[in-house]
Amino acid sequence: MNSETVENTLTIRDLKLWYGDFEALHGINLDIQKGKVTAFIGPSGCGKSTFLRTLNRMNDRIPSCRIEGKIMLNGQDIYDPSVDVVQLRSYVGMVFQKPNPFPKSIYENIAYAPRIHGMVKDGPEMDELVESALRRASIWDEVKDKLQQPGTALSGGQQQRLCIARTIAVKPKVILMDEPCSALDPIATAKIEELMDELKEEYTIVIVTHNMQQAARVSDYTAYFYLGDLIEYADTHTIFTAPANQKTEDYITGRFG
Amino acid sequence: MTTENFQADARKRKRDRADKRFKFYGFAAIVFALAFLVFFFIDIISKGLPAFQQAEIQVEVHYNAATMKNYNKAVDKKYKRLVSKTWLRLVPNQMRDKPELIGEDRLEWVLAENRVDQFLKGHEGHRLKSKHQKLVKQMLDEGKVRLVFNTGFFSKGDSKLPENAGILASAIGSVLVLLLTMLFAVPIGVMTAIYLEEFAPDNRLTQIIEVNINNLAAIPSILYGLLGLAIFINFMGVPRSSALVGGLTLALMTLPVIIIAARAALRAVPDSIREAAYGLGASNLQVVWHHVLPLAMPGILTGSIIGLAQAMGETAPLLIVGMMAYIPEAPGSIFEATTVLPAQIYTWSSESLRAFEERTAAGIMVLLAVLLSLNAIAVKFRNRSENTW
Amino acid sequence: MNEHTVKRFEDELSELKAKVLAMGGLVEKATKRSMNSLIKQDAKRAHKVIERDHAINALEIEIDEMTRTMLALRQPAASDLRFVMTTIKVVTDLERMGDLAEDIAENMLKTGDHPLTQISSLQSLSDLVLDQLKEALDAFAKGDLDEAMTCIENDKKVDEKFKSIQREYLTYMMEDPRQISAGLIATNIARDLERIADHAVNVAEMVIYMVKGHEVRHVDHETAAALVNGTLQDET
Repeated sequence: MNSETVENTLTIRDLKLWYGDFEALHGINLDIQKGKVTAFIGPSGCGKSTFLRTLNRMNDRIPSCRIEGKIMLNGQDIYDPSVDVVQLRSYVGMVFQKPNPFPKSIYENIAYAPRIHGMVKDGPEMDELVESALRRASIWDEVKDKLQQPGTALSGGQQQRLCIARTIAVKPKVILMDEPCSALDPIATAKIEELMDELKEEYTIVIVTHNMQQAARVSDYTAYFYLGDLIEYADTHTIFTAPANQKTEDYITGRFG
Repeated sequence: MTTENFQADARKRKRDRADKRFKFYGFAAIVFALAFLVFFFIDIISKGLPAFQQAEIQVEVHYNAATMKNYNKAVDKKYKRLVSKTWLRLVPNQMRDKPELIGEDRLEWVLAENRVDQFLKGHEGHRLKSKHQKLVKQMLDEGKVRLVFNTGFFSKGDSKLPENAGILASAIGSVLVLLLTMLFAVPIGVMTAIYLEEFAPDNRLTQIIEVNINNLAAIPSILYGLLGLAIFINFMGVPRSSALVGGLTLALMTLPVIIIAARAALRAVPDSIREAAYGLGASNLQVVWHHVLPLAMPGILTGSIIGLAQAMGETAPLLIVGMMAYIPEAPGSIFEATTVLPAQIYTWSSESLRAFEERTAAGIMVLLAVLLSLNAIAVKFRNRSENTW
Repeated sequence: MNEHTVKRFEDELSELKAKVLAMGGLVEKATKRSMNSLIKQDAKRAHKVIERDHAINALEIEIDEMTRTMLALRQPAASDLRFVMTTIKVVTDLERMGDLAEDIAENMLKTGDHPLTQISSLQSLSDLVLDQLKEALDAFAKGDLDEAMTCIENDKKVDEKFKSIQREYLTYMMEDPRQISAGLIATNIARDLERIADHAVNVAEMVIYMVKGHEVRHVDHETAAALVNGTLQDET
């Protein structure tokens, strides 16, 4: 790597994860750089989604899930007992595979999280926050006249951008995206990809995708996972033109399995 | 086997016949079930409808001192057997309440005796003596006998005299018992469901609880009556026959139904909604309270209403806790002895007088109407819960 | 290397490779034949080379079409992408070599009734160039880095030989002005051969890129060797 100073938002060291007796991740070491898009690719069941979910402790919800190793976020271990998961998740937001707006109005979808975190009071301040979040997710123009309509009435792509706006509204530093476009058509996908490009100026984005071309298009760095191991992690250009590892090569070129 | 042309052959005809046969069986089953239902409704309605009418006769009422002493003197002797005893008995009271009546003779429409009522409606077994039959016929020609809408059926409590028997007391009893059931069963049931579904760890204990809740829903309801008798009456000392003990017993019976329905409703809320909320940093309580519960609410309400409707129609457990007694008065509090609609119907059905038979049927009609409207409300909630999310 | 999950893609890749090698064969043949026409003073052969050039051009078009389709429909990545990109480049080089062979044949025809007499040095140059071309094509066919490196190294010999031929004919022309036109033709042919060798080097360099993913064009020979051996990591 070159010598320009890189700032790592997330530093993962020897991360192992078990579901009951099954070891799903075998010691992952990875540095995720600030202000970049990092993509996780790999075949189904390779642990990339599981790994993504460890980054904001969404896997806490699974009782049989056990973790070893360290995930440092800005130098702080997020699995330290003193860490408040609620705070962590407002710092590390998440966008899911299936667009999942709350069955409430568009406005409420955005305002919900800032309200429960006590960020701003309802009223003009909240209106402003809602607008800026929707603007940054480039969906404002499409919904500004129907803020009181249910978020579930929007198209799939709009719903997903609404979900991104909802995540942005909490002012996170890191946004995790778990196959955010897998349920969307190519145009909607392109809009989300364009949005990610804009967002990375302000946020560190980590995306899991099944679509290799998408990883190639949007990410600065790509990590290839296979059977719970991190096989190769390099800048996206290298991964897609000249990967160092034969397993990566096979996967990238479609010689897998 | 494969041929290039797609013309129907013997195999296709055989297949079609099998299809048709199957369709026919299904259709026949529906027709059969419908026939029973129609038969039941026709039977009940034809028996019960006359109960909504009540015979009255026009007689001269003597409000005087003799009547005051002996209420039998209130009407001329030949009409005495035609008017209802309950009315006769109350004439002195009426005079006490309105002294200005004393000394007057008034022509009034008064409640007829049940045998007159049955005779007028042309029912077999009215047991009206033949001389009275003649008199009634004569009065009918004079326009002194009529059938009017039976307001008494809805405004009076139970009575040993069928013309005076109404469902008000038992209806109020039912409402009280149902309210109490709701008060106990719904919050406890819903909280249990929320705990089991959203918070409880998946371990042996919760599994045992789960299995037992499912088993409880299948227990014969009379056992709940025994349980209620043992716990609420004998152990806790709740007054026998009271709305409270009825409500508690039915709550016990409804609880598993509500828990199961509420859990199903909670489970039907897509996990993506929970994930979305958790992902934004909502706490467990916030996720449940702000997102899961509102979405599950229609389902929970549907289940609760169906459970309550079931409770409302229940007699067996109430029999055990003493709610089958003859209780003519509406209860003044939840600690007083009371009866409920199905119990009232059961009591009437075992009476011997012909006039009680139609009241039994009318009571069933009222109960059915209430249950059907409860179910209609439940269906409405269920439809609303089919929103997309 | 494992087979592709998409069998058709696998087939297309091997078909593409076969076409490129066929085109390489045609170029080799054209070069050989044009030199033979010069040596044997056989105008017929020269004409044949000129006639056959269209076959090489047609293959170029065909291969271009194939690679375009593959890029659009298969979106090749990693080694497949490098292979297809290499093909695109190599095809251009081969087509240029074909043109140069044709040019040699045309130059031969220009000699007319006054055949070139001193052609032994041209002949040895053409042997060197043909060896180099063979190495480049073999390297491409087998993905052989050693062959590719040999091909690149051998370019030095070709350059030296070319310079000595230029000097040689300059002496002839200075000695005898009547030899000037023949001398010019000979130096033209030598230049054509030298340029064929340059294109062969291009092919070899692309093969290294194809196999290793490292860019060795426009770097000095030592760096290129180090990149190939893996002792040096790519900067790009």
